[in-house]
Amino acid sequence: MSLVASDLACERNGRLVFSNLSFTVKAGECAELRGLNGSGKSSLLRVLAGLVPLSSGHVTFNSSAEFKTALHFIAHQDAIKNAMTVCENMQFWCDVMGGNSITTALDAFRLDPLKHEPAQLLSAGQRRRLTLSRLFLSQRSVWLLDEPMTALDQATQILLRGHIIDHLKHGGIVIAATHGDLGLKPHHVITLGDA
Amino acid sequence: MTSFLAVLKRDLTLGLRQGGGAGAAISFMLSVLVLIPLSIGPDQNLLQRLAPGIMWLALLLAVLLTSEKIFQQDYEDGTLDALMTIDLPLELVTLAKALAHWLTVGLPLAVAAPLLGILLNINVSVIPVLMLSMVMGSLALSMLAAVGGAITAGLRRGGLLVSLLILPLYVPVLVFGVSATTAATGPEGSSSSLLVLTALVLVTLVVQPWASAAALRAYLK
Repeated sequence: MSLVASDLACERNGRLVFSNLSFTVKAGECAELRGLNGSGKSSLLRVLAGLVPLSSGHVTFNSSAEFKTALHFIAHQDAIKNAMTVCENMQFWCDVMGGNSITTALDAFRLDPLKHEPAQLLSAGQRRRLTLSRLFLSQRSVWLLDEPMTALDQATQILLRGHIIDHLKHGGIVIAATHGDLGLKPHHVITLGDA
Repeated sequence: MTSFLAVLKRDLTLGLRQGGGAGAAISFMLSVLVLIPLSIGPDQNLLQRLAPGIMWLALLLAVLLTSEKIFQQDYEDGTLDALMTIDLPLELVTLAKALAHWLTVGLPLAVAAPLLGILLNINVSVIPVLMLSMVMGSLALSMLAAVGGAITAGLRRGGLLVSLLILPLYVPVLVFGVSATTAATGPEGSSSSLLVLTALVLVTLVVQPWASAAALRAYLK
């Protein structure tokens, strides 16, 4: 399994965000996207997730699975409904993503004690944990993460790092946009923008 | 299918917890119906003639007022982004959301309104036809509202714009809905109007998913 991007260019709102971007990420590899604010890290992730059309180039996913359902895209926004409990939020994503049960996902970021809390009462870090839990609702090989460490406390950062390493060990692909150090040894560092 | 039902169920839950659901819609209708006699006076014959039309207008307003909420929250909190990576096509996601809107706003109103019509001295014999045509018509209205909601999903103050976009499309539903009710007491009966109304419902059911999904995809860029 591998993800090959060749000669990508993306234009948003008339502005060329990035161009001539090529990279290959193979199974078990991690790529970090780096760059200044507005350099196109999130745009690249949205392109890879198939949300934004490319203005040129193409992304090839070499695998038997269909790309759309082989990826998890964790964006900035948390996609959490305040009026529902942690458990209900998770059950919804479990149902739409075709997962089996939410127990693994609840355990992954230690949300079990909070499961009957209304999502409205969660702190920023807890919301982030709930969003990241989607990664464990269905087995998907490609993780696209946008600033995954934002708002997480030290312990949870270590937890997430462990989950990412596990995922890579099982032959997954992780592409993460980040400013800080994820604490991983990325196989690829993709720098966007002039910086 | 599981995904479709999950979206439907979640929207029904949210509708009940956030907007008050059926109760709020019916209270809205009730307050409109109470205001009408106060504004045009207690002429019972006049009220009886106006009653079906007024109830259709109240239904239109209720659907219109709630239309911009159908997709706005999902667009803003990133739910739509994540829903793009599931097996279910976006078209069916929009259909599930439109159906949820109908079940929480349109259907309860359509069922309750003709009974509330007693406040306007409604002719009791037209109640069955009025209820039938409003149930069908409200489904078409919810579908159109979903298209309007999708087009304005990314606009914070899209309320007036939705009205401008969608009200013209409501005209056929309104015309045939009201004519079904008025014809019920006339010699020719209401079946022809009801057939046209059925056709309108079917057309909106087919067109809505594609139109809404296309509008949302344009936003997600």
